[in-house]
Amino acid sequence: MKRIAGIAFVVLGLAAAVWADSTLSINGAGASFPNPIYTKWIADFQKKNTTIQINYQSIGSGGGIKQVTEGTVDFGASDGPMNDDQLKAFQDKHGFGILHFPTVLGAVVPTYNIPGVNAELNFTPDALAGIFLGKITKWNDPAIAGANSGVKLPADDIVVVHRSDGSGTSYIWTDYLAKVSDEWKAKVNKGASVNWPVGLGGKGNEGVAGVVKQTPDALGYVELIYAIQNKMPYGKVRNVAGTFIKADLESVTAAAAGAAKTMPDDFRVSITDAPGKTAYPISSFTWLLIPQKFSDAAKRDALKGFVKWMLADGQNEVEALSYAKLPKEVVDKELKALNNVQ
Amino acid sequence: MATTTTPVPDASPISGSRTFLSRLTDGDEIARAITFVFAASVVLITVLLVLSLWQGSVLARHKFGFSFFVTQVWDPNAGIFGALPFIYGTLVTAIVSLLIAVPLGIGAAIFLAELAPARVSDTLEFFIDLLAAVPSVIYGVLGIFLIVPLMRSYIEPALKKTLGFLPLFQGPAYGIGFLTAGIVLAVMIIPYIISVSREVLLSVPRDQREAALSLGSTRWESTWKVVVPFARTGIMGSIFLALARALGETMAVTMVIGNTPKISASLLASGYSIAAAIANEFNEASSPLHSQALIELGLVLFLLTFILNGLARLLILATSQRGSGMGNA
Repeated sequence: MKRIAGIAFVVLGLAAAVWADSTLSINGAGASFPNPIYTKWIADFQKKNTTIQINYQSIGSGGGIKQVTEGTVDFGASDGPMNDDQLKAFQDKHGFGILHFPTVLGAVVPTYNIPGVNAELNFTPDALAGIFLGKITKWNDPAIAGANSGVKLPADDIVVVHRSDGSGTSYIWTDYLAKVSDEWKAKVNKGASVNWPVGLGGKGNEGVAGVVKQTPDALGYVELIYAIQNKMPYGKVRNVAGTFIKADLESVTAAAAGAAKTMPDDFRVSITDAPGKTAYPISSFTWLLIPQKFSDAAKRDALKGFVKWMLADGQNEVEALSYAKLPKEVVDKELKALNNVQ
Repeated sequence: MATTTTPVPDASPISGSRTFLSRLTDGDEIARAITFVFAASVVLITVLLVLSLWQGSVLARHKFGFSFFVTQVWDPNAGIFGALPFIYGTLVTAIVSLLIAVPLGIGAAIFLAELAPARVSDTLEFFIDLLAAVPSVIYGVLGIFLIVPLMRSYIEPALKKTLGFLPLFQGPAYGIGFLTAGIVLAVMIIPYIISVSREVLLSVPRDQREAALSLGSTRWESTWKVVVPFARTGIMGSIFLALARALGETMAVTMVIGNTPKISASLLASGYSIAAAIANEFNEASSPLHSQALIELGLVLFLLTFILNGLARLLILATSQRGSGMGNA
């Protein structure tokens, strides 16, 4: 028995060695929000390209930016675009730049738990900013009630719930609040973790969801996908055009389409508060971060092949996992930009 | 015994046993060297730990200096970082947990060691060891789904009604906050206190009890006035082991404390602990200053544990002297 086990072990080892020799390994790390779709994409892509091995670790956007800057991974991923300081840090270290490639779209939705209220609530930007600033404290405040005629809102205190861990979800949420409220921009501003004026912190989407579900009169925010998968109630938000819009795959893609016309060449664009009648205002791209130059040509071609496939066939898989597709204009622009990776 | 002593007077085996002995002493030396390396590595790891925390936080230490300890603001966007709310939260939750866990734990240990039948004691000990081995995230889940709703609907309103005149029990009752975190921690550390204290109590020599009983004391008197004071140092040790766990606990605390870096007099309010803050923010710390401030928080936690451990040593020293003095009188 022992001998057989030994032989099997050696054979396995040899097979692994041979296999490792003939495959090309590409490592990436970053955002956890797109991790489910990246995992599926990688699995499907590897089925067709058996000589390429792609590893993705979902360690968070901040970690992704750090690791790709340090050069420990081949590509990064982030829910928020790199800021100018981070771009400069990369340029200084490597002598060339890093490019952003939007992959899918996500959205963040306000979720709530008000005993006795089953209606879908409408939120104005002012109401959301006021609540999270701690200025609107009661559910029956005119700022909320005015947009929800016909719903009997209680005179109870609102329990605000936010993320306690640094996250892309918080980044998108605060980016939106900073756009619609000057006071928020001055006092809190946007970021993966900020100094919240009020509220309780929950760890992860599940932490926020747990507190909201359990606490009467709570209001929090979670990723759209999380709200859909867990059948949580979530409200409509008024967009720039003045319509109250519910987040779904179409309204999120519409937000991206609205922004596509003014898309900058480096794709670093925030599409919160986007124009367009049907656009959901708290939407965002999530990006792959790819260095402009590769010393290993085979690796570069493999990664470019993966991105190309992701922008074409890959886009057909995203809606099954509740992500919103990229608009066609953005895909075309990205395919052009991919030529800049050398 | 007899077989091992018989060769000794014999002449020829002596030389044989000498080489054997010398080999044994050589072995002693080897064992000594190896175990010394192991022991030294503990010191080395501690030193390296402090060193890396110290170096990793150089930016934050230079920028904030001592004000890091007294600033109440934690604002990553503005680049202002203060540790005070986290230190406060860590200490308050640890104190609350000890206030609950120490009487319960020691009471249970006395019952198990002195009063319960051996079979009951051993069976319960099995369950206690099991509790001590449960991962902390499980306690966090227990906290969220069981303790938080209980606190919000029953315990906190009752506290506000009866003791609401105290600043400790004012403000809205969310069920999340210092008190809940302290209770979850107490549940976590009670098994440690029981388990270690029971062992210590069981190791008190029989003659101590018998002497007390023969002098006419009741069973409870012999337990409370003789056995427990005799075991005091060990019981203190169990409490400080529990305190160390309470200070460093991360997952269970972050799930029920509310994660808001604010200092409030009320135990019902939400707060933050050092370990929870590091776990929550480190991954997504966007600027070097932010991550360095988090590393400095780690340094502060280390310092806090160091100080409390030192105080514990002093306390044990003081009480053990007093204990022996009382014993003499």
